[in-house]
Amino acid sequence: MHSDTPRAPWGLKLAAGAGLVFMIAPLLLIFVYAFTTEERTYQWPPPGLTLNWFAVTWGRADVWEALTLSVQVATVSTIIALILGTLCAAAVSGSRFFGREVISLLVILPIALPGIITGLALRSAFGMTDIPFSFWTIVVGHATFCVVTVYNNAVARFRRTSGSLIEASMDLGADQFQTFRHVILPNIGTALLAGGMLAFALSFDEVIVTTFTAGQQQTLPIWMLEELVRPRQRPVTNVVALIVVLVTTIPILLAFYLTRDGDQIAGSGK
Amino acid sequence: MSTTDDAFTEQRHGALTALSDLFWRRPKLLVLLLLAPPLLWLGVIYVGALLALLLQSFYAIDEFTGLVDYDVLTLKTYRELFNPANLDIIIRTVLMATTVTLASAIIAFPIAYMAARYARGKWKAMFYLAVMLPLWSSYLVKIYAWKLILAKEGILNWLFAQLHLTGLLEAYLGLPVVGGGSLSISYTGTFLVFVYVWMPFMILPTQAALERVPVNLTDASSDLGATPWQTFRHVTFPLALPGIIAGSIFTFSLTLGDYIIPQIIGSSRLFIGQAVYAHQGTAGNIPLAAAFSVVPIVIMGLYLWMAQRKGAFDAL
Repeated sequence: MHSDTPRAPWGLKLAAGAGLVFMIAPLLLIFVYAFTTEERTYQWPPPGLTLNWFAVTWGRADVWEALTLSVQVATVSTIIALILGTLCAAAVSGSRFFGREVISLLVILPIALPGIITGLALRSAFGMTDIPFSFWTIVVGHATFCVVTVYNNAVARFRRTSGSLIEASMDLGADQFQTFRHVILPNIGTALLAGGMLAFALSFDEVIVTTFTAGQQQTLPIWMLEELVRPRQRPVTNVVALIVVLVTTIPILLAFYLTRDGDQIAGSGK
Repeated sequence: MSTTDDAFTEQRHGALTALSDLFWRRPKLLVLLLLAPPLLWLGVIYVGALLALLLQSFYAIDEFTGLVDYDVLTLKTYRELFNPANLDIIIRTVLMATTVTLASAIIAFPIAYMAARYARGKWKAMFYLAVMLPLWSSYLVKIYAWKLILAKEGILNWLFAQLHLTGLLEAYLGLPVVGGGSLSISYTGTFLVFVYVWMPFMILPTQAALERVPVNLTDASSDLGATPWQTFRHVTFPLALPGIIAGSIFTFSLTLGDYIIPQIIGSSRLFIGQAVYAHQGTAGNIPLAAAFSVVPIVIMGLYLWMAQRKGAFDAL
């Protein structure tokens, strides 16, 4: 603690503390329920604790299929988002042209509009063009709203990457490709990694657009949704919920550390 | 190129170098090439789909066949949108979005203020993670957590029982509108989950705006004799307001379009998102679904227009 930081009033501490409990406690609850012995209700406190449900979930083919599909979709969507987002960020930050605002708006639009609109729009477009639902219809939807995470991270980093570095590289005789490979890419690498991981988390978790573009296929969130609407296997759902929390938490922690280090390397601080 | 010393990078010749030189001479060409793939994807696939959806709302269901009549463009579907039952859905959703936004702003402010003004070092990271973890955790898992919390046999009822306050909870559930059979099938339950799920979207812009308030302004204010409350009221809060408005864009828009939360936790009365889903699915009335989905777009258009006038976009 720095000595120059004034002490917070008690009321503020209390309100902020209560707010933080409100934010975090529900997630912690998931951890407890994964071990409960209760099968039929959401009884609290849990009557007993067991590891049994992890084994049961491990043996469930439907969970594995949904998980596999989710990972595949998230991987392909992330790759597409990385390419499109980097291209967009490079174009926008490399020059000033009249359409900059439009490009930013276009990238943000899929995430700014309610998911149901994106989903319904894509579904009716698929319907009109007679494209059957497939793996790729899910990917199209996901990649569309994942571009923004990569774009935002890359644009922020491009802004901090000093133009004089690039000019120096060119002055020293590197062509544009060499400059990209040896100067730009190492500079924006961690930002891309962070953006990519956030894109993965976003896609892995997406349900609203997916309900419109998946047809009969089940991603993990769709499996979850079915359980939420009509609970049938509560213990398995508890375990799946815990796993989903862990799977999305790890990339976020990693992205946090990566971008934090990047800030320090860039030397700009805050 | 050929005149530079080649001690630093190997000198390259051929197509790549020629291409590089071309980009150097014509930077617009490079920008165009960079932009082509994302523009094709977002501009053609996404905006194309949006326009197709908009077009759908100008068709109507033929009353005799029950099928969509694609031959005539009509405003009939929009007239249907404004019949009392549908108008009810729209008003209910907008009211919910408004209360959720106000509540988020009130709960988010102390957290953002604490994080921006007082938290340092380790605590700052803690605050950041406490906001980021719920933000990026699975949307469905968050709803699931609240299903566990609000269940009749769940932790909230247990807490009320431990504190001997069950009577209070029952009295509250007996109230009209906000009450219901139990928390998980009342508007209050829906409201709580909405507030929880969208809260990080309010905290982050508010915190960013608060962090940008220059300390010397607040110092000057207190030097000139203002009490801490006066400084807050006349200096800090007005400067943070664009951030709060930026956050409200998210909470308002996300609540307007959501159809999963009210479906899982709430009364059976529909919200806009649920109406869209129902009309496009079982009812097969895509034109009405499309018209319904235009409502949040129009409302958000107005909202964004007002937010822009308040300078909220600079706070994003």
